[in-house]
Amino acid sequence: MAKLHITTTINGEPVEFLCDPTQSMLDVLRDELRLTGTKEGCGSGDCGACSITVDGRLVCSCLMLAAEAEGRSIGTIEGMAQGDRLHPLQRKFLEHAALQCGICTPGILVAAKALLDSNPDPTETEVRYWLAGNLCRCTGYDKIVRAVLDAAAEMREAAR
Amino acid sequence: MNDETMQYRWIGKRTIRPDGVDKVTGRAAYAADGAMPGMIWGKILRSPHPHARIKSINTAKAEALPGVKAVMTGKDLVEFPVETPVPLGIQDMRWMSRNIMARDKVLFPGHPVAAVAATSQRIAEEACKLIEVEYEVLPWVIDVEDAIKPDAPILHDFIKFEGKPSNIAGKLEHKLGDVEAGFAAADVIIERSFRTKPVHQGYIEPHACVVSVSSDGKATIWSSSQGQFMVRAMCAYLTGIPQSDIRAIPAEIGGGFGGKTIIYLEPVALVLARKSGRPVKMQMTREEVFRATGPTSGSFSTVKIGATKDGKIVAAKGTFYLQAGAFPGSPIRGAAGCSFAPYDIPNVHSVGYDVVSNRSKVAAYRAPGAPIGAYAVECVLDELAEALKMDPLELRLKNAAKEGTKAAYGATYPRIGYEETVRAAMEHPHYRAPLGPNQGRGVASGFWFNAGGESSAQVNITEDGNVVVITGHPDIGGSRASIANITAELLGIDYRRVNVLIGDTSTIGFSNLTGGSRVTFASAMVVTQSTEKVITQLRERAAKIWGIDPEAVKWENGEARPAGDNAGKFPPLSLAEIAAKASQTGGPIGAGVQLNTTGAEGGFGTHICDVEVDPQTGIVRVVRYTVIQDVGRAIHPSYVEGQMQGGAVQGIGWALSEEYVYDRNGKVDNAGFLDYRMPVCSDVPMVDTVIIEVPNPKHPQGVRGVGEVPIVPPLAAVSNAVYRATGRRFYSLPMSPPRVLEALEPATAEAA
Repeated sequence: MAKLHITTTINGEPVEFLCDPTQSMLDVLRDELRLTGTKEGCGSGDCGACSITVDGRLVCSCLMLAAEAEGRSIGTIEGMAQGDRLHPLQRKFLEHAALQCGICTPGILVAAKALLDSNPDPTETEVRYWLAGNLCRCTGYDKIVRAVLDAAAEMREAAR
Repeated sequence: MNDETMQYRWIGKRTIRPDGVDKVTGRAAYAADGAMPGMIWGKILRSPHPHARIKSINTAKAEALPGVKAVMTGKDLVEFPVETPVPLGIQDMRWMSRNIMARDKVLFPGHPVAAVAATSQRIAEEACKLIEVEYEVLPWVIDVEDAIKPDAPILHDFIKFEGKPSNIAGKLEHKLGDVEAGFAAADVIIERSFRTKPVHQGYIEPHACVVSVSSDGKATIWSSSQGQFMVRAMCAYLTGIPQSDIRAIPAEIGGGFGGKTIIYLEPVALVLARKSGRPVKMQMTREEVFRATGPTSGSFSTVKIGATKDGKIVAAKGTFYLQAGAFPGSPIRGAAGCSFAPYDIPNVHSVGYDVVSNRSKVAAYRAPGAPIGAYAVECVLDELAEALKMDPLELRLKNAAKEGTKAAYGATYPRIGYEETVRAAMEHPHYRAPLGPNQGRGVASGFWFNAGGESSAQVNITEDGNVVVITGHPDIGGSRASIANITAELLGIDYRRVNVLIGDTSTIGFSNLTGGSRVTFASAMVVTQSTEKVITQLRERAAKIWGIDPEAVKWENGEARPAGDNAGKFPPLSLAEIAAKASQTGGPIGAGVQLNTTGAEGGFGTHICDVEVDPQTGIVRVVRYTVIQDVGRAIHPSYVEGQMQGGAVQGIGWALSEEYVYDRNGKVDNAGFLDYRMPVCSDVPMVDTVIIEVPNPKHPQGVRGVGEVPIVPPLAAVSNAVYRATGRRFYSLPMSPPRVLEALEPATAEAA
């Protein structure tokens, strides 16, 4: 099977890659581009560990064909910090100890950022339902929700 | 926090974990993130049958497929005859070997039969399909109650119980006093039976590894596990490679909860790498994780408790049948040993039975067995309190174990903090808060043994006067942060000057598993002793610089100061100043300690749970939850709270929604996160925590294990709350919506 040549943007930088027509975006990110911050927990869109954004929209990269990245703008965890300056969500996750093993953390951060991009002032319930597609088995979610709400508050304050 | 903690500068502080930035930026490297040059991919062919004899395996077609570099079967692993036990920790290599790859029989759907390494994942998958296996299908049994019936299909003809072939592979019994006499003296006796389903640990990271073997036979294993030394030892046993030739590197671990205290892939990848001469990467799919890695046991338990009218428990009996899966090893020790441990009961008889059945072999799951035992006991106590017209916490307080209490499992307790957890629950605002319609409140307590064991640490002072600490325990939930706090405290320096790393099997001394809630307990001990040795060296170096006696130097706030007669004679020397002169004063500064740690005393917790039950749908929602636990000393309170919250939510999942569902052919029917329903963010409320600190007298910082106790009480706490909300008691888990609805409205459920 001939490989496809894809031209896309990842974390703001132009990227080209070759992929098999059946290859998922997740596999290309991890195995071809070595962007291994995006994790595979299930391969069926049920755990959210592979969350990325495509033109700003939150998707499970395991459910997306790599070929669909053509002409799009992809956002992954590797693009979240600006140089050595962590995104407020990343900083709040550390301050609140909102991670234990950390395997779900990249996906949850990408998902939480997508939430705050569209809703800068979410309620606890809105955070919980937005993140319902991101499984975490370690924390019981308490500190994750607190970290997201705290980051949102700080970002609102900074935007004033 | 108590007064003593207030004197600490770093212990008890919510510092930023040393591995934190890597984990929020995607830099942290987990098992599946590993890659090696020239790497190929391994895949496993698995049994479609729950029970079958393997008549033949033909791998010729697979080997002939272009791109295939190696094929293996069970014969490529070292064979351990079934007659002779080969124990390794809680595992036995006879079963481990056969669980990793079947020899004469397959014992569950998903049991590995052969494996292939090929240049791509797709070719490896194709090659697996070309392997021809001839099976003689045998009758099978999965449920624990079916497996102990006299006419049940027998899994292993070498297992005998009471002289006859049986699926009961073992029995564990604890006796204290005279239980019959105790019941004779009781005014009220409650006896009930309970059932739980097998549940999976549910770690989000599937098992994965990358393995290479060089032509001189030296092997490198990159994988995530709860013990790189366990990986090395098991691989050595199974492949015959000496341990000194295996370097097992611990990748960051994406959750384990006990499920990564055994291995599945590493020996297979090792054999494939040795055969092919290429590094081999393997990673399980989520479906493989559900079908072929250890959930914990399903169970059938009967508990009988008797008390006098005034609420004093005089006798207790428990019988716990636990499903081991394909090979012996279910956690009967936790079920039989922990269940009555919070109470001072003069007469106890507790028995556990280890029952094999055609399901994947169990692996440890957070306080293995203890939640199953506590579920039965704590629900019976709730009924007992009701019968006695007592508050359920009052009943627990009246019978609480304390210093000097002899537990049926053998221990006589030193100072423990169980009573404190019950009192804190009684005084907590949650316990008195009003409830709404269809709501109910339940309480339950729990115990876990905790563990000590072997640990090693090395503390090195860098040339620029900072600190690197290496330990041998994979950090599964923030233990590096605790070690940084302790080291910084002892040295009197900022915690950010301490970097904490996990060594591989070639760079740090033997350290036992990350399990048993032992890591902070045990590593604190070896790190404390290593740091104390380093401080002695620092004082000696300062003494040398000043030309005075080392005894006349004290270490204070990160500096050496002259003491006694010399006090004030020299300006203090900082860690950086001493480090800079190290080569002139005796060479590198550092120390290591290796210990078999002891003194890990048991831990206790008490939980309060409010539920709301929707009578229309049968959905049970936990609306408020409080976890109270004696942790000895919280070295890093945030990660202590995290353990308490995470354990409670796992227990809530066990109580309400998680279970293995089997189809008619004995195959798991819900092998994915969509149908195996773990709690998601919108299912649960905030989880309140109350940290009780009754310091462990046998530990330098007072630490008790923390991680496992929190999963012990929730099964009963939720069940008791559901009873208060609905007036109905459920004697089996999970209390999923169809089951709750059926109990509430039998007629409606039937019509639906």
